[in-house]
Amino acid sequence: MDIQMLQSTCRQVRRDIITMVAKAGAGHPGGSLSCTEALVALYFDVMKGIDPKDDKNPNRDRFVLSKGHAAPALYGTLCERGYFGREEFDHFRQLHGILQGHPDVKKCPGVDASTGSLGQGISIAVGMALGAKKTGNPAHVYTIIGDGESDEGLVWEASMAAAHYKLDNLTVILDYNGLQIDGSNDQVMSLGNIRAKAEAFGYDVIEVADGNDMQQVLDALHAPACPGKPRYILMHTLKGKGVSYMEGQVGWHGKAPNQELAEQALKELEG
Amino acid sequence: MSEKKSTRVAYGEALVKLGQTNEKVVVLDADLAAATMTNGFAKAYPDRFIDCGIAEADMVDIAAGMSTMGLIPFCSTFAVFAGRCYDQIRNGVCYPHFNVKFGFSHAGVTLGEDGGSHQAVEDLALMRVLPGMTVLVPSDANETYKAVEAAAALNGPVYIRTARLPSIILDEQPFVIGKGNVLKDGTDAVIFTCGMMVEQCLEVVKMLAEKGIDCALVNMHSLKPFDEELVRFYAAKTGKVFSVEEHSIIGGLGDAVASAIAGHGCTCFKKIGIMDRFGQSGKPADLLAEYGLDAAHIAAQVLETLGK
Repeated sequence: MDIQMLQSTCRQVRRDIITMVAKAGAGHPGGSLSCTEALVALYFDVMKGIDPKDDKNPNRDRFVLSKGHAAPALYGTLCERGYFGREEFDHFRQLHGILQGHPDVKKCPGVDASTGSLGQGISIAVGMALGAKKTGNPAHVYTIIGDGESDEGLVWEASMAAAHYKLDNLTVILDYNGLQIDGSNDQVMSLGNIRAKAEAFGYDVIEVADGNDMQQVLDALHAPACPGKPRYILMHTLKGKGVSYMEGQVGWHGKAPNQELAEQALKELEG
Repeated sequence: MSEKKSTRVAYGEALVKLGQTNEKVVVLDADLAAATMTNGFAKAYPDRFIDCGIAEADMVDIAAGMSTMGLIPFCSTFAVFAGRCYDQIRNGVCYPHFNVKFGFSHAGVTLGEDGGSHQAVEDLALMRVLPGMTVLVPSDANETYKAVEAAAALNGPVYIRTARLPSIILDEQPFVIGKGNVLKDGTDAVIFTCGMMVEQCLEVVKMLAEKGIDCALVNMHSLKPFDEELVRFYAAKTGKVFSVEEHSIIGGLGDAVASAIAGHGCTCFKKIGIMDRFGQSGKPADLLAEYGLDAAHIAAQVLETLGK
């Protein structure tokens, strides 16, 4: 898809995020807005075999939102891609809604793993990639993890297994916005030299200076795989990207804007 | 009945046999293949054996992911680590109801010398409470073979508890998930049991018979779903109900029996099991005596409750 269209889709997904979180009065806008470019790039340009009318095609590429609290960004992307109608946003986080607070494989079309308990999604993605290898399935598996999520030991257990089993059909994307619930990564639990850590664990690492720049995101996601190694894309992003009062603010991790602020955000995201 | 075999050994044999007929079966272990007995499968089907290293949580979620690719993963480790990877079993497998099996071995105090840090006395409670989880506790080699087959045939998560200690091999019984097996009929009292305790309870009913007590014995190998109808039938028939398990008296077989009979008029019910304590090192036979779970101690508790 042409880059202007992708950028325009990102703006729409960001409006979806604000709309559903504001309507529900709850949700996680900050970390949804930071990984929007990655999600849109994956679903509209990168992933193969994606078809809302055939969402169980066994050879489709898989995506796991390991940082499951960024569900609004995934829901916005899936909606724009045609998996369900915009009316579902009215039931986000509501009783019997398909758009649960965190992605639910049993309820939401297009979702391949139920996530939200941090650290698990990347491990499930490793299992998918290994399962693909074992069954001769051409699927490539993508997962987005958080920087705060990287505090979890399971992220590193999974990384060790990904390298051990030479999963070059796996791409791990780090949404490196630098903030988690209690403060910055450095205040809460320093990640240290995350690039060196990922390399030491056996990943082929690509660093993206601006993970909210669509061209840079596309270049990284389209880079040819390194045979025998899993890919790790270290994406520097801005938490709350696109909404002035949320950008770089830790307080918008898991808080909904009121009506006035939501209207302001939607205005900023026009065009 | 003379030959003895542990249920963990039978588990390993069952996987090898299953692997011959079902190419979707993959086996995962966490560096315990020589103890969980999955090494037979590893040797027979190296491409379908995944060693996850000493990382039980990762093993469970890798299995979850593999199941979404159409495979049937059997995760194998010690039952005591059910707690260690509980969040992965809950959120990674049971919440989405993925088709993953757990063959967890070395359960209970009969693990022996390794001691309390390794003796699972709580795994059945943890597994029973998970929505959609099937919980099986085979008592001998034949039941273990059938439990593994039944687990593979069922679409959804299944927990199979096996033990380290060799146990007697009973005459072949039917193995239907959700159904108990009557090993001995009786009119004066009934014992519901499972797993390693079946062997002890076969002795117990003989001891009771010598005292003139005609006690029924029922093998509840399917802890969930649970044959409540059979439990209520024998509770009504005998009026005196006992549960015997190598597990905490909290949350396991005894509580399943209690739930089945509550509100149905049976007033004499005693749970026999591990009394809210951890295990310790020792020889299996000595441990069973210490925890009141050998035939003599079980019989004594039954007689005391019956006022005999």
